[in-house]
Amino acid sequence: MAERYSSFTPGGTGWFLQRVTAAFLVVVLAFHFFLLHFVNHAYEVSFMGTQARMENIGYFLTMVLFLVTAAFHGVNGVYNALVNQGLEGTQKKVVLAVLTIAGVGLVAQGTYVALTMAGMI
Amino acid sequence: MSQSYNRGLIEDFGRWKEFSAGMWAWIFHKFTGWMLIGYLFTHIAVLSTSISAAGESTAVIEAQNDIYTTTLQGLEGLFLIRLLEIGLLAVAVFHILNGLRLLMVDLGIGLESQDKSFYASLILTGAITVASVPTFLTGVGI
Repeated sequence: MAERYSSFTPGGTGWFLQRVTAAFLVVVLAFHFFLLHFVNHAYEVSFMGTQARMENIGYFLTMVLFLVTAAFHGVNGVYNALVNQGLEGTQKKVVLAVLTIAGVGLVAQGTYVALTMAGMI
Repeated sequence: MSQSYNRGLIEDFGRWKEFSAGMWAWIFHKFTGWMLIGYLFTHIAVLSTSISAAGESTAVIEAQNDIYTTTLQGLEGLFLIRLLEIGLLAVAVFHILNGLRLLMVDLGIGLESQDKSFYASLILTGAITVASVPTFLTGVGI
């Protein structure tokens, strides 16, 4: 049996959600990078071009879901890594609160940005 | 966001000579993960210029003189930013490939080859990154 190194308890809720979001992110992160660096080029990105992409509802929803899953996956990963380093008690609660606020803030700001790109605001 | 697997601290880098491939994979995965979540916050901050751009006139947007376009194209004109983008690609590709490897490990697939799959992830990351350099450095001067 090979050794297993992970910050997560196998079978736990955090572990499960981390895997589900990972499966989604593997595909969408690769798509995002490919579209904006190889199909289009980052140095040619303009507000007009971004608007044209974001006005497609499928693309818009994919990007918002991308933001939500990436924020969760990142924040959950950082939290579990810190707990794994020995974080406990009050410090653990404070870190969880700070990371949750940061994650929710990131999603809120990102969604607002996406809405302005799509011309909905 | 609660349960964690407490298998004791292995992040004692004084013991790095004792680290196995699985340990290195885990450490690199954490490191690249920290880089990616850090970048995501930065990315959204830069893209937030769209809030101001959305309020600019159609003429300004069509002329590509809005704050979103000038900010992004200004950043893309910097050689340092292009280098950092190549670094970001390497970090993202490794995290994706090693992430797929972890999904396989969690599913109990190919456990006996987990060392080899880590080395394969590293080699493939290097190959994809090197192959992407010309694309990422298009149209920028030092």
